[in-house]
Amino acid sequence: MIGIIDYDMGNLYSVSKALERLEIPYFISKNIDELMEADAYILPGVGAFPDAMKTLQETGLQAFLDTKVYQKKPLLGICLGMQLLFESSEEYGQTRGLAYLPGTVERFSGNTLNGDAYKVPHMGWNELVVKKKAPIIQLFTNGHVYFVHSYVVRTDSSVVVAESNYHQAVPAIVQEGMIYGMQFHPEKSGDVGMNLLKQYGQLVKERKV
Amino acid sequence: MLTKRIIPCLDVKEGRVVKGTQFLSLKDAGDPLELALFYNEQGADELVFLDISASHEGREIIVDVVKEVAGSLAIPFTVGGGIYSIEDIRRILRAGADKVSMNTAALMRPDFIKESARVFGSQCIVVAIDAKYDPVRNDWRVYTHGGRKETSWSAVDWAREAERLGAGELLVTSMDHDGEKKGFNIPLLKAIDEVISIPVIASGGAGATHHFTEAFNEGKADAALAASIFHYKETSIEEVKYDVKEKGGLVR
Repeated sequence: MIGIIDYDMGNLYSVSKALERLEIPYFISKNIDELMEADAYILPGVGAFPDAMKTLQETGLQAFLDTKVYQKKPLLGICLGMQLLFESSEEYGQTRGLAYLPGTVERFSGNTLNGDAYKVPHMGWNELVVKKKAPIIQLFTNGHVYFVHSYVVRTDSSVVVAESNYHQAVPAIVQEGMIYGMQFHPEKSGDVGMNLLKQYGQLVKERKV
Repeated sequence: MLTKRIIPCLDVKEGRVVKGTQFLSLKDAGDPLELALFYNEQGADELVFLDISASHEGREIIVDVVKEVAGSLAIPFTVGGGIYSIEDIRRILRAGADKVSMNTAALMRPDFIKESARVFGSQCIVVAIDAKYDPVRNDWRVYTHGGRKETSWSAVDWAREAERLGAGELLVTSMDHDGEKKGFNIPLLKAIDEVISIPVIASGGAGATHHFTEAFNEGKADAALAASIFHYKETSIEEVKYDVKEKGGLVR
């Protein structure tokens, strides 16, 4: 059973409906006692980094996740949820993140190295390029996924499973151990996204047995 | 690299899809979910639902439509029309929409853009600009209330201001080209592109596949929106994407 963490930061409905269509068992909760019952977690998120961290701290969800990560329970962060997995972000000043993965979050500069301006946010469908083998992409062959973000993760190449190119390399799927992150919205990325969620469901199922 | 987006627009009135020409004479064109599924099949990159309901009941129905669509298919979509408060935005986003588009409300109170961007993030705030050419001033003026009221803003200035206040994307409709099927308004798109650095959705005037390609290649638009050309199957999204690709553009 996957516990979707509700901390008032985003679109839980679409994620939950996607899991429903895939027949992956889940529940949504903000209650730590309830979340304790899950075997794996999804941390969604849309909004600003500092607000999200503040809510996670105040509700005790950060401490709870720390324990679950220590126990090696699978955790998937989506969009802002992925960014929160890293050490810090410069969105509205420096804020500490959950620090489960090495790296920082910074704003797209909006200018290429040649000084040409480009648009921020990175919004729309971009192609995934696989960088390392990982069980999460077992069902993935090729395709585009839907991104909407103004901040981008800078991390060690060892954790990057797939990236996209938007005037720079954009880490799109990250993973280390049981910690997963997707910068794009799998629940809004057609069949490609649905397959990635399906694979996460599969990983959770196999781990439980 | 990022692909160009093709976006069918569904004008929804009291839960049914209708399409007006130059904002007048509505004609029933079907069920929202059915059309959404059809366009998803065809390869639509995104959908826009414009709620043009006049009644309070109609406004309630749109939330159900949003839930139904978000529950049935995995593509992003924007909802516009009747967005006047933070609470309106919250209801629509919670129901499963990815972005909301605001028009009249933003012009009546520009700080509404700022406030909503702060609460929900710029990425989900689309500012819709209905622009009409003014031969006397030789520029485009912004209209509100579905194109009925002229404002004191020029389209270019308002685009710049909307970005400054925190809009994440602009939906630029040429009222002169809307329903005419002669192509998107390239000069308007170019003029706006020059002053902003957020994505632009071109709207109004699509009548043939190559019009989309022009909006991308000449108008520098990031996405292009159309309604009747898709509703009445005059062309398909597949055909549009083929033309874009043929002429050097990237599509999904």
